Amino acid sequence: MTDSNEGDAPDAPDATDSAPPENDGQRFDRLPATADERDVPGRPSREEVVDWWEQRYGIAPETWDGHTFWEKGNGKLWAFADDVVSPIEVEGLGLRILRARQEHWKPSTNAVQRFATDATKNVVVLDAEEATRFAKGEDQELPRWDGDWGYVVAAHEIAGDNETSETPRATGEAGDVEPIGVGLYLHGELRSTVPKGRREDLS
Amino acid sequence: MQPLERYASLLDDYDAFRAACERPLPSVVRVNTLKASIERARDALDAEGVAYEATDWHPGVLRLDERGPGTSWPYFHGWLHGQEEVSALPALALDPRPGEVVWDACAAPGSKTTQIADLMDDTGVLVGNDNNLGRLSALRHNAERLGITNLAVTNQDARNFSFKPFGDRTDEEERIEAFDRALVDAPCSCEGTIRKNPDALERWSMDHIKGIVGIQKGILKRAVQATRPGGTVVYSTCTFAPEENEAVLDHALEEADCEIVEWDAPEGFETDPGITEWNGEEYDSSVELAHRVYPHRNDTGGFFCAKLEVTA
Repeated sequence: MTDSNEGDAPDAPDATDSAPPENDGQRFDRLPATADERDVPGRPSREEVVDWWEQRYGIAPETWDGHTFWEKGNGKLWAFADDVVSPIEVEGLGLRILRARQEHWKPSTNAVQRFATDATKNVVVLDAEEATRFAKGEDQELPRWDGDWGYVVAAHEIAGDNETSETPRATGEAGDVEPIGVGLYLHGELRSTVPKGRREDLS
Repeated sequence: MQPLERYASLLDDYDAFRAACERPLPSVVRVNTLKASIERARDALDAEGVAYEATDWHPGVLRLDERGPGTSWPYFHGWLHGQEEVSALPALALDPRPGEVVWDACAAPGSKTTQIADLMDDTGVLVGNDNNLGRLSALRHNAERLGITNLAVTNQDARNFSFKPFGDRTDEEERIEAFDRALVDAPCSCEGTIRKNPDALERWSMDHIKGIVGIQKGILKRAVQATRPGGTVVYSTCTFAPEENEAVLDHALEEADCEIVEWDAPEGFETDPGITEWNGEEYDSSVELAHRVYPHRNDTGGFFCAKLEVTA
């Protein structure tokens, strides 16, 4: 099951001797370490992905030290806890973390819940009522946010200590906030991108 | 014939067994410690006023007072997973270690798979296989909700599972050619789920059992072959039928390089030994090391679980 309603990309045509290799939507390919090693046009490098999480959300590059990165489908990136042969034809490989190959990369709900607990940038902390609306999939006015437009981590305070998370947030509020999912902040409105299969009425 | 009457001869407290089978099961959740400690998950449930009781035998397996774990914040965050209490046994018997290569042959919808990932600290390679493509989406959904990253999902017939996608017989450094451990939670007649699904026995027939036994034997045999010598295979079902349990183990002992090994159920969880004789058939005496779980012993569903070691 994937976030939102993105389907798998159609089959890529077979590469010929003269053309550069293309992305194949039926299998997982390991991302090149750096742009210099890229042989499939448009495929992000591992370095670019790690940098993106750091620049956009302040997530430390070491967070990803144990993981390999893979592309399946057009721009769908996955993080896997070990290494396997590449390419590999399996139905799933680790956790889908990101949609790339578009102007604004979009993290997945499951990725921010797992990996953005220590995010320091573009974290919008919601109060109880706002958090409930967000989890339900509702859009809401939120003019108080003065950070960047675009995809943000929506978070809230929840009981219990998260011993790994003591970082003051971009909002200036310190404490144990927990990521709920990914919001799209535009024109004073916070849109919830929680996929249909994950929405809950928690009121 | 009422199918459960077959077991009257196995139980000296058969009436208690039948009475337990009539009662609905409590709603149970397992804490996913990849995302939250047991203490934190329990604090969050307390803060929301969700009442629960930890089971006697596992602090991270919680019985909820009301049905339906889905509508709470700790669930939304992937800190909890709905899982029948008894189904937490096979992953404990498997005892997977961080960094190992582990196979779950019949993985969907994934409650045992995700528990295995938790026990592996989300490291190593966990191959979750199922022959039913439709059920694989539920497996992927559950694994992603719980934040699991060490799972590779495959869609093969487990009886003929092939390592080819993993680079078998190549010189690739990352190739996988054998598992350290394998779980065969086999498709079965599901007699033990009667408390969850009152219709479970409506389609019960001896012919159905005879058909499914062949599949169970085939999957267990492949699991033993695919696991390295010294590795562990766990066989489990949610049925009482000896044809699907001890008889399948007996067949594996004859046909594959393995032996049944002793495994103690968790303290506070009461089980009965496997049986060595049924309907005139005799089984290898080591099947006594297997565990029968009857619903009235621990107020759970019915179950069967055995631990094997691969010998060659």
